[in-house]
Amino acid sequence: MTTLNDEIKSGLPQGEAARRNVASRRRTGAIWRTIFLSATIIGLIALSLLIYNVVNEVFGYVATEYAVDPATLSDKPIDELNKDELVAVLQDNMRANAFRTLERDKPMADRSESEVYDLVIERVLKPQTLETWTLRDSWFNKAAIDAQVASEFPEAKLEFRSWLTAGFLTTPMSSDPLRAGVRTALLGSLWMIAITILFAFPIGVGAAIYLEEYATDNRFNRIIQTNINNLAGVPSIIYGMLGLVIFVRTLEPLTSGRIFGADSGNGRTIVAASLTMMLLILPIMIINGQEAIRAVPLSLRQASYGLGATKWQTIWHHVLPNALPGIFTGTILAVSRAIGETAPLIVVGASTFIVTDPDGPFAKFTALPIQIYNWTSRPQPEFAHIAASAIVVLLVMLLSLNAIAVLLRNRFSKRG
Amino acid sequence: MTEKQTDTANYSLTVRNMNVYYGTFRAINNVSLNIERNKITALIGPSGCGKSTVLRSLNRMNDLVNGARVEGEVLFHEQNLYANDVDAVEVRRRIGMVFQKPNPFPKSIYDNIAFGPRINGWKGTKSEMDDLVERCLRQSALWDDVKDKLKESGLALSGGQQQRLCIARALAVEPEVILMDEPCSALDPISTLKIEELMMELRQRYTIAIVTHNMQQAARASDYTAFFLMNDQRAGELVEYGPTGDLFTNPKDKRTEDYITGRFG
Repeated sequence: MTTLNDEIKSGLPQGEAARRNVASRRRTGAIWRTIFLSATIIGLIALSLLIYNVVNEVFGYVATEYAVDPATLSDKPIDELNKDELVAVLQDNMRANAFRTLERDKPMADRSESEVYDLVIERVLKPQTLETWTLRDSWFNKAAIDAQVASEFPEAKLEFRSWLTAGFLTTPMSSDPLRAGVRTALLGSLWMIAITILFAFPIGVGAAIYLEEYATDNRFNRIIQTNINNLAGVPSIIYGMLGLVIFVRTLEPLTSGRIFGADSGNGRTIVAASLTMMLLILPIMIINGQEAIRAVPLSLRQASYGLGATKWQTIWHHVLPNALPGIFTGTILAVSRAIGETAPLIVVGASTFIVTDPDGPFAKFTALPIQIYNWTSRPQPEFAHIAASAIVVLLVMLLSLNAIAVLLRNRFSKRG
Repeated sequence: MTEKQTDTANYSLTVRNMNVYYGTFRAINNVSLNIERNKITALIGPSGCGKSTVLRSLNRMNDLVNGARVEGEVLFHEQNLYANDVDAVEVRRRIGMVFQKPNPFPKSIYDNIAFGPRINGWKGTKSEMDDLVERCLRQSALWDDVKDKLKESGLALSGGQQQRLCIARALAVEPEVILMDEPCSALDPISTLKIEELMMELRQRYTIAIVTHNMQQAARASDYTAFFLMNDQRAGELVEYGPTGDLFTNPKDKRTEDYITGRFG
């Protein structure tokens, strides 16, 4: 008889060596854990820096000066004037035809006192921005700001303001950063995304179903599959050029709305941009859709077929409902990408300056990324502040669309 | 166990010279088998011997496997199921199937059962459907467990209950034959016993073919047993087929005897 420990030479460490071996394996694990933790922390730092940068620009002190001295308008400070006196000030200090235009938009009698007050500020006093400061400066260097204002602009009014206001959302584009808003761009982005989803969702899901459920494994279908995978990596500006050639130029009668009786002159419309975005996100949506469909367990399909269901009944009643949460996740990712895309929009001709709301798929439009891009390229510092505000609007829009999609997804995965 | 083997009216399914291929690989070699009406036929044999493949060929479930091909005939009411004018969808309604792992749909218990009739063109009223659901659940001995929670998900049931739900679901499309592919392999002994009792009940109205790894199960819960084995080319062959009592007490083939006595290498 041989005893285990004495006679059989074991390849495994014994006794003290075994303990050391376990400790060393645990150390290796701890090192990797630290590496993964630092990767997460780096990501968090990057995100915090981004948020800090945006917020830093959105709030801060602004020194403004009125082009007209309020003291010259009336005996009393204008804050104490009542509505009739304010209207009188307006009438006295504006050109007659400009005043008539205002009256035609909305009679003075119908306007509230604060509305008239705002008009006096805007049309008569005409505030000019002299200097702006970031949130960090406003917070930590208040004394320096006060000193600078006192020496350089003794007349100026210094106030802390948020560049992102309710008015910012509801006013259209303007060349004056104090009065510019993102209304047109926001509506443009919403229109564009709605139409993009409208086209991309059915086409993407349809293609995913065909490729996953019907396409046989032959050379032709493999080529299609490979090409879809590659298309997902094509730079977006290439899609922009494709969209320019196909949708803006070739399909101009369609995209300008001429054959629908809504002629907008040329093909640089919301629908052309949406179709371009659709091309851009289709590969992502198809690939995600296929993965979601592939993840539906075989046992479920077998159960359905075993009851005498046809292929289509199996797909419709079991495969699609069970793949839907995954398809929604893919759609969220794809749409998020489309919302933030700028390059293809520039190529297909989104307007950079437009003040009329888009009124349908064939309208001229601009989009939030275009607006941000436009503002960030201006030299005046005020535009950096409103660009940051527009970024906040874009981020909030993105997050709320994602939230809706997540809610939808959860709703569908709770079925049954 | 005294039916005359020559009386074809007693056969629910007749398999003649069946070969099954996966691509170029022959998985089943020349199997002929008669499945008796209103009896339980067990298909036994070691892993990989092709018993599940044979079972799945009986209602054309193998059509769903890429590259699977069946030669020979499977006669059902004197009609070859593999004839060109036979639609597999119709075959699968009349020859139902219960799978190894309980696979209820992620829907309510009610909808699990109502699904089959609905997709097969059910024309009845809501109350007729209620009756049908109750009847199927009673037949599968599940009614008392679930009658108060028909709207709850089928996935909330225990494994054994899920499998009985799957049987109830199969019954709802009024099949003549029920194929069971190792229906108890994922279940505990008590649930297994319930399924076996259920099979005994169902035998009065349906023909049942069951694949099982469990020889005790075949011995106690089947009327006929077919023993399969791989040949040298790794293709499944039918070694012996006969009344369960005879096969287990007096096997004609040496290999059958080795297998059922556990002496198989």
